[in-house]
Amino acid sequence: MSVIEVTKSNFDEVVLKSDVPVLADFNAGWCGPCRAMKPMLDELAEGNADYRIVSIDIDAEDELADEYDVTSIPCLVVFKGGEEVNRSVGLIPKDAIAELVEG
Amino acid sequence: MHDIVVIGAGPAGMTAAIYARRAAKTVLVLEAVTPGGQIINTPDIENYPVEAHISGFDFSNRLHEQAKGLGAEFALEKAVEIRDEGDQKVVVTTKGEHAARAVILATGSENRKLGLPDEARLTGRGISYCATCDGNFYRNKVVAVVGGGNTALEDALFLADIAQRVYLIHRRDSFRGEETTVARLKARDNVEFVYNANVTGLVAEKRLKAIEVTDKLDGSVRTIELNGLFVAVGRVPENQNFASVVKLDESGYVVAGEDCHTSAEGIFVAGDNRTKALRQLVTAAADGAMAATEAVRYVNEH
Repeated sequence: MSVIEVTKSNFDEVVLKSDVPVLADFNAGWCGPCRAMKPMLDELAEGNADYRIVSIDIDAEDELADEYDVTSIPCLVVFKGGEEVNRSVGLIPKDAIAELVEG
Repeated sequence: MHDIVVIGAGPAGMTAAIYARRAAKTVLVLEAVTPGGQIINTPDIENYPVEAHISGFDFSNRLHEQAKGLGAEFALEKAVEIRDEGDQKVVVTTKGEHAARAVILATGSENRKLGLPDEARLTGRGISYCATCDGNFYRNKVVAVVGGGNTALEDALFLADIAQRVYLIHRRDSFRGEETTVARLKARDNVEFVYNANVTGLVAEKRLKAIEVTDKLDGSVRTIELNGLFVAVGRVPENQNFASVVKLDESGYVVAGEDCHTSAEGIFVAGDNRTKALRQLVTAAADGAMAATEAVRYVNEH
């Protein structure tokens, strides 16, 4: 699976109602650390069925960012069964990203 | 065994790798997170020779490609220790060990924290260390900047254009930053200066709601309600893991002159973690060139 672009209109379906855990990457194109993290997220998403990785552009989706209290990016939020279970702010290594969602 | 192991893949470390490869030495660059260093936070670099505008991310990528193209190896491993065994140095990482004839420390620095309870939990929930990254979350909101250097002043000026109100909290009554920036800030009617004061408390529920500010002169405590706190109280060099092998100054910087020689033979230092007068992209690159040249000389002579 690759990283799925998520907007307010499909957030419920793709994130909250997901059968598997979801790692949501709140990011923006102008944010260097976000761009640096993208290849790591792409690699983790590739060939992985245990969890889903989604990308949320905070400039276009400011309501989602506000709803989930995102005030710094990159911000990774892990959802299980529609609930936030984990979160990390700032650029972190690939291993740490995997650990965040795998627990 | 590698000829040279470089610790840190920022501008200094990657420039060192380029110079070492051009001298035909084998080079391994160790990086804890991802190649780039702190410069990737900068949206627009305007003071590096030749390029009038380039983002820090693009700059880092091109530098990384250049170093790789010349044959430098990279590994995503955090260095935690150096064992100095004389003619051989062993760099211990979270994943293993790498032997080298010479080592270049190019670890850079990280943001200094306020050291308050809950600061880590509230980072990204109202506390930020990067105004240009996170300022847009605070459009028409109330924010404070804590610090007194150029970064704090520039952050406050940047935020004054976005936020409804900006408090600038400084522990002294005058600024060591540029006077022109201070004058521009004083001209803003939405900026309030809070002098001789320290942030001593964070008030929060899910998000930061207010800060407690203690006046250093009379000890009085003032609560400022706000949405965001931008911390700009300097940076800390990331040399702690190497304090037993190279001499550090009282602030934690590796003591070295322009030749980038540390107190340990065969171990060199490059970039923001070295004692130096100016910490800029161009001086980091210059250090990389110098440290690599000296490391190459050392390898050739030993």
